[in-house]
Amino acid sequence: MSRFFATLGQTRHSFDSLSQVMACASPRRSGDELAGLAAQNDEQRVAARRVLADLPLAVFLDEPLVPYESDEVTRLICDSHDAGAFAPVASFTIGEFRDWLLSYAADSAALARLAPGLTPEMVAAVSKLMRNQDLIAVASKARVVTAFRTTIGLQGRLASRLQPNHPTDDPTGIAASTLDGLLFGMGDAVIGINPATDSVAASTTLLHLLDEVRERFAIPTQSCVLTHVTNSIQAIEQGAPVDLVFQSIAGTEAANAGFGVSLSILAEARDAALSLKRGTVGDNVMYFETGQGAALSADAHHGLDQQTVEARAYGVARAFSPLLVNTVVGFIGPEYLYDSKQIIRAGLEDHFCGKLLGVPMGVDVCYTNHAEADQDDMDALATLLAVAGVNFLIGVPGADDVMLNYQSLSYHDILGLRHQLGLRPAPEFESWLDRMGMVDSAGRLAPPEPLVRRLLTSEAGR
Amino acid sequence: MNTVTPLDPWARFRAATRARIGLGRAGDALPTPALLDFQAAHAKARDAVHGAVDFDALAAAFPGREVVNVQSAAADRVTYLRRPDLGRRLEDGCRASLEKGDYDIAFVVADGLSAAAVADHAAALLNACLDRLSGWRVAPVVLARQGRVALGDDIGAALGARMVAVLIGERPGLSVANSLGVYLTWDPRPGRRDSERNCISNIHADGLDIDGAAKRLTGLMAEARRIRATGITLKEDAVRLEGPGGPSDALVADQRGQEA
Repeated sequence: MSRFFATLGQTRHSFDSLSQVMACASPRRSGDELAGLAAQNDEQRVAARRVLADLPLAVFLDEPLVPYESDEVTRLICDSHDAGAFAPVASFTIGEFRDWLLSYAADSAALARLAPGLTPEMVAAVSKLMRNQDLIAVASKARVVTAFRTTIGLQGRLASRLQPNHPTDDPTGIAASTLDGLLFGMGDAVIGINPATDSVAASTTLLHLLDEVRERFAIPTQSCVLTHVTNSIQAIEQGAPVDLVFQSIAGTEAANAGFGVSLSILAEARDAALSLKRGTVGDNVMYFETGQGAALSADAHHGLDQQTVEARAYGVARAFSPLLVNTVVGFIGPEYLYDSKQIIRAGLEDHFCGKLLGVPMGVDVCYTNHAEADQDDMDALATLLAVAGVNFLIGVPGADDVMLNYQSLSYHDILGLRHQLGLRPAPEFESWLDRMGMVDSAGRLAPPEPLVRRLLTSEAGR
Repeated sequence: MNTVTPLDPWARFRAATRARIGLGRAGDALPTPALLDFQAAHAKARDAVHGAVDFDALAAAFPGREVVNVQSAAADRVTYLRRPDLGRRLEDGCRASLEKGDYDIAFVVADGLSAAAVADHAAALLNACLDRLSGWRVAPVVLARQGRVALGDDIGAALGARMVAVLIGERPGLSVANSLGVYLTWDPRPGRRDSERNCISNIHADGLDIDGAAKRLTGLMAEARRIRATGITLKEDAVRLEGPGGPSDALVADQRGQEA
């Protein structure tokens, strides 16, 4: 039975369900086409947006898109909804909500107060009515600040994850990529390794390696080995130096089961990490990665379009007060985001939705070799995100991740953005760079020849 | 003007990693040679994605062993890239060639995203594993065109195998265009989740070598048979609780002992 209608010109478009309106209103992307959920044509897409614009924002409170009874993520979203925080926008339609978000009244303080009153479905819906410019304008007003040994997300700052991956977890290779990144001022969000071997023993070895590097140069930052959460719990039990616990998450209970996690396992992991009390300026101990397409690839999307189900992953993330969350936007492949146009759009959507929900969003600006994209496109997305106030970006040596076999940003790219846009590293880390003599008289991180020699000599002298 | 080439402070580290370290800077940007090196590697990787495996040549690498050729429901490369669901399903016409038997393990070689990986490493790895599996009932080797990992579930179920190992070309990176991965799944059947598999990745000349990969895979297989499961319940650490004679061999031997 058709429930929703809109007329464009002579054509009357009808939609059977709220989920269908959401899916058809999404900008075109290959993952929704793969799932058979995308609009049939551009006119139907705009018709769906017309319908969406006139629906009350509160519709999502009355009508969960994934059943409350069968999905713990829906239960989390509904049970933790803050009606008081929602009150100022409770009477808006989704179209009115868009206009309000863009208004001067919606300043940083107002958006911060509102965040607990918003659900993932609400922010996904309003994002579908926004152009890229709108997503940037609103996200840049939404600051989400978190801390562990550095403070991330402050106005005027751009942090970075230093990602020194190695195909066999070779300690010297990882140390080399780490030093290279430090010389570019990278690593203030985290020094985070994706291990080639997903085991407790291998992870523990890497944790000790990173901890030694951090201690040796007295670097105010945090490290992370991105192994499965159950491995991190075991590593903590065995006394390993775990700063942040990592996990890939998604927006439905079934998709999370595909990752081998549940809300209770995540809570257990967070308690374990908190028990170590390793943070100095804050106690945000979780690190999550997400990405459009994850739920569909696990066949666990409940008929939702990939952008809406991705926003629900941020609903999961915020329940655990993470230090860092990033979408791996172009990583999952062309079957979900076919080309650079789709990747750029999705990156801006993900950042916007996360920030509006109060999640400390970063982005892995990236693509794979089977997608229609290249480094020029990453330049565009990284610049747009930096203008939008993204908390952190990921950098690898020369933009080439030799372990995960994809391209992200180079350390060069993030440093260039900082200098172009006047963005600075996290304050604690910036002080360290200054103490190390890496900042020149113009406040730039100039090519550090003497320092390279000093650090490498010190490394060689071990 | 200083004409002496300065000592490269990164030299010692370059031997330890293929990562693009110590590239230097033109202002904040990549110097021209590094920029063009990157573009050349990207071009090569993109070309590699669209290559095709010579499955006839591959079949000849398993003399004396039955080999079955199958195809996924993705008819060509472009469909394969856009429709992973089709790459996970057997083309209907292929089912008849997979006869149900009493097998401990089925091996599937699928092209995946790198024809070069399969051409360079699949036969060597599979043969190295077979050498370590005397006493195991091994199904005919299945060669799968336009295949994804989960195609192994369909194949393993059709063969009636207790577990399936899928050797598959990994997505090419800039440094390595011929990296092979292996996914091991206990009790394969359509609908298995990724968390129910164990993965060994980065098998190539500068990554995990054939011997190491064969040891790890047969070790995982023995442990999977012992606990009757793969995935997050099968921790690789269990495989490495070793004596000096080599962990996985010990476990394989153990398993054989139990069977006898």
